[in-house]
Amino acid sequence: MTLRDLIDKLLGRQAASASTARQRLQLVLAHDRSDLNPELLEQMRREILEVVSRYVEIDLDEGDVSLETEDRVTALVANLPIKRARTTPLPASAAPA
Amino acid sequence: MSRTILICSGKGGVGKTTLTANLGIALARQGSSTAVLDADFGLRNLDLLLGLENRIVYTAQEVLAESCRLEQALVRHKQEPNLSLLPAGNPRMLEWLTPDDMQKIVGLLEDRFDFVLIDCPAGIEDGFKNAAAASKEAIVVTTPEVSAVRDADRVIGLLQTRAIEPIQLVLNRVRPRMMANQEMLAVSDVTDILALPLLGLVVEDEQVIVSTNRGEPLTLNGSRSPAGLAYNNVARRLRGEEVPIVDPSKEPQGMRAKLSRLMQTKIF
Repeated sequence: MTLRDLIDKLLGRQAASASTARQRLQLVLAHDRSDLNPELLEQMRREILEVVSRYVEIDLDEGDVSLETEDRVTALVANLPIKRARTTPLPASAAPA
Repeated sequence: MSRTILICSGKGGVGKTTLTANLGIALARQGSSTAVLDADFGLRNLDLLLGLENRIVYTAQEVLAESCRLEQALVRHKQEPNLSLLPAGNPRMLEWLTPDDMQKIVGLLEDRFDFVLIDCPAGIEDGFKNAAAASKEAIVVTTPEVSAVRDADRVIGLLQTRAIEPIQLVLNRVRPRMMANQEMLAVSDVTDILALPLLGLVVEDEQVIVSTNRGEPLTLNGSRSPAGLAYNNVARRLRGEEVPIVDPSKEPQGMRAKLSRLMQTKIF
């Protein structure tokens, strides 16, 4: 965030458009580069959460799986706060939603 | 060793052909024999920007069909005889050349010229694939706009899978005041996002329109206009000279500019 962005925010003004352009580009390029459409990403997110939650109890509301791009390398970033570990993993079929 | 450079952008209208024409003339004036190949045969315009539209008789197609020699198809620029134009085909052509044809024709040019610049058609379909098949290096042209940067990114991905190296960036039609006011993507935004080395930075310049009206590239008459100087610098860098790139939005321009630079300070 730049000084101008901060002042704009404090005054409740719309931020300068360059930072909006940058954010929109970064998001759209992460998807373009990975060739994953939002539907597939959502499906993958659900399955990842399913697998992880068989081993640990996670906070599903706080969990986040997204694509991030830096230097033309796109990474799948998962941020899953763990409530507690399970002593024995749940069987594959019994995964909680 | 001849260098074959693809000039591409993905999106149309960002300045590929203007760059090809100016860069071709600049390289020729600086002493490198240069050929410019218009790979956009359907909507060819390189002849027009170079003022050579009335002098085209044959194209690469006739050379490949062996109905004329390469020397007959090459259009030599009168004021800058170190530069020659070769159109890939004519707009009435129904069938397009194949990637093999393109490689053959570029091979012939490489035997005779130091630089072969290929003006790529917009898009990422057959025209692009043909042009890319014959290229060893690439210059990606983009403007600081979301649509142009996005399309450039697609093209860069395709070039990388073809092992075209190096791929360098020319940022065209920069408006320094808008950049300083943060109403246009910054130079570093574009270079960070596309992760390419910056070969040149060209500011928006009305003289470009004047020069295309006349069919005389800015680099032809040693124009001191900002875009003309920028194109010349691109040519010098391509020839291996070290020419620093100045970010025009960071140039000192008095109190207003100082204030707007202060506003750009990253606070967190």
